[in-house]
Amino acid sequence: MTSGPAPSSDLPAEPLVRFESVSKRFGNVAAVDRLSLDIYSNEFFALLGPSGCGKTTLLRLLAGFERPDEGRIMLGGRDIAATPPHRRPVNMMFQNYALFPHLTVAGNVAFGLRQDGLAKAAIAARVEEMLALVKLEGLGHRRPDQLSGGQRQRVALARSLAKRPQVLLLDEPMAALDRKLREQTQFELMELQARLGLTFVIVTHDQSEAMTVAHRIAVMDRGRVVQAATPAEIYERPQSRWVAEFVGDVNLIEGIVLKTDAGEAVIGDKRGRRYRVAADVAAGAQISIALRPEKIRIHAGPAPPDAPNTMRGKVCDVGYLGSVSTYKVQLDDGVVVKATVANVARTSGEILRTNDNVWLSWPPDAAIVLTA
Amino acid sequence: MRRMSVTNLVALALGLAFLYVPIAILVVYSFNASRLVTVWGGWSTRWYAALLEDRAMIDAALASLLIATVSAALATVLGAFAALALTRFRFRGRLPFAAMIYAPLVMPEVITGLSLLLLFVAIDLDRGLFTIIIAHTTLTMCFVAIVVQSRLATFDRSLEEAAMDLGCPPGRTFFAVVLPVIMPAVIAGFLLAFSLSLDDLVIASFTTGPGATTLPIRIYSEIRLGVKPEINAVCTIFIAVVAATVVAASLIEKSRGREARALLA
Ligand SMILES: Nc1ncnc2c1ncn2[C@@H]1O[C@H](COP(=O)(O)OP(=O)(O)OP(=O)(O)O)[C@@H](O)[C@H]1O
Ligand SMILES: [Mg+2]
Repeated sequence: MTSGPAPSSDLPAEPLVRFESVSKRFGNVAAVDRLSLDIYSNEFFALLGPSGCGKTTLLRLLAGFERPDEGRIMLGGRDIAATPPHRRPVNMMFQNYALFPHLTVAGNVAFGLRQDGLAKAAIAARVEEMLALVKLEGLGHRRPDQLSGGQRQRVALARSLAKRPQVLLLDEPMAALDRKLREQTQFELMELQARLGLTFVIVTHDQSEAMTVAHRIAVMDRGRVVQAATPAEIYERPQSRWVAEFVGDVNLIEGIVLKTDAGEAVIGDKRGRRYRVAADVAAGAQISIALRPEKIRIHAGPAPPDAPNTMRGKVCDVGYLGSVSTYKVQLDDGVVVKATVANVARTSGEILRTNDNVWLSWPPDAAIVLTA
Repeated sequence: MRRMSVTNLVALALGLAFLYVPIAILVVYSFNASRLVTVWGGWSTRWYAALLEDRAMIDAALASLLIATVSAALATVLGAFAALALTRFRFRGRLPFAAMIYAPLVMPEVITGLSLLLLFVAIDLDRGLFTIIIAHTTLTMCFVAIVVQSRLATFDRSLEEAAMDLGCPPGRTFFAVVLPVIMPAVIAGFLLAFSLSLDDLVIASFTTGPGATTLPIRIYSEIRLGVKPEINAVCTIFIAVVAATVVAASLIEKSRGREARALLA
């Protein structure tokens, strides 16, 4: 999925953007709270988090519209605290696009270039190039209010790319688009980023969007980064219950490590059930097991005797989502477990119905053991 | 929209008639061939031709136009800056200031006129065109401020940030972005101020001096000697000018406002 440069395994030594313990308070709300984060050159980086966790504030700090109360922000190794927004080699695509209503599409795209005092011919050429890049050729003479929402979004993108910024900041660029257009735009953004070789920082609260476009994701909660890693890493190895629950669906089982043996542990929950999981944990530790629904197998009849971690229950809810179906299975003791099955055959979705008795099982290495 | 009931229609018709029948009569009589105001003598444009001969009336009209143009220009600059200060800066005592800007709207004109007269006398300023211009500027700048203020209230601050983000220094963003976007309101304010100044009789008569006669003052002094058909003609032209400016002002404000709202939606 992650194409292009800068996979996390071989990150360059020197980050392009570095937040060093940055705080920003509004009154007594800490919008950004002693946050540290590195973003590397050529990365497509996503800031993911619930509403109000400080994503926009972080972008605005980088763009220069807010000043940090504490900490340093470095760009290319230099502290940019004293650089005003109009001198930072960083451009932003605003959440509401902020197109200039009194200028045409071409005028909007040319605005930044004019500030640099470029020659008229050079500006015109660059504007053409940018409009072609976002597939808006021939619309240069229109006013923003004569465009559709998707076209406005493209103008905003072209305008923020026109100056070839070192870092492009995108604040929920696709929030106002419908699903189809959003998916299409996601791929176009990825392609643009790879082609132009720029660093993109995108803000989103849509985790599938972050997973799709970004090389690395920083998951934020209440002004802090709780985990920064590749999408796969965040999904398969979340570092805390909070991350596991925020990114994707998850079943959480709390328990105690009863014994450990060669990379496998036996976990007991408070209802007396035993689970075998592949994990390196100390005996006696309080832990949570996080199980992704798609990693749980559903059997219509009794599970094979050698299947690990089997549980018996009754289907209490079926959600048919087209490509997959999700089943909510109530175990004998009332706990509800969610399992997802890919609908590989056209009739797959019709095999199990509400109130059917089913057996669940999952392999020891399907579980994520969380101590936080 | 709901369909209008008969009672509503009648009420509307009566209301409009109340407003416009006198004006319609005046306009029709301005084309009356008869010298007697109350007798219909057929259609004619002779009173319009007679106007061209009336030097005093033309001078008054020119004086009014001059006063309206200059005072509206001054009021537009001052009013726009007042609106800017009131919406942009959260300074101490902003609320009293904001309230004070509305005061001239509700102040009886007689009082405004009298107080200005007292001021001019106190500072020993010779009364004439100049004092009327000052008086009209004071009167109309608050109207401009209110029109511009309502536009600024819906102005999207992120436009300024976008401009700065694209390399525009803060000082230049005002001319590059803010002014063009609020321009319709500024023009509407100017036209409003212009027509208010053209209209005004009370304040002008308080603050005028020898040799400075505005059109309303001139008309008023003429009809005290009896209604002449030429006056009807002057008034008709006058109505046309004022109506045109007011319609232009509201059209400009409305159309550009809709554009901006469509963008925000
Ligand atoms: N100018 C401001 N004045 C006061 N509080 C602010 C200001 N800007 C942001 N905040 C507060 O800071 C916190 C973080 O806001 P921010 O806009 O960064 O959130 P966000 O992660 O972008 O949320 P969303 O996903 O809803 O856009 C919120 O609690 C918000 O109320
Ligand atoms: Mg936000």
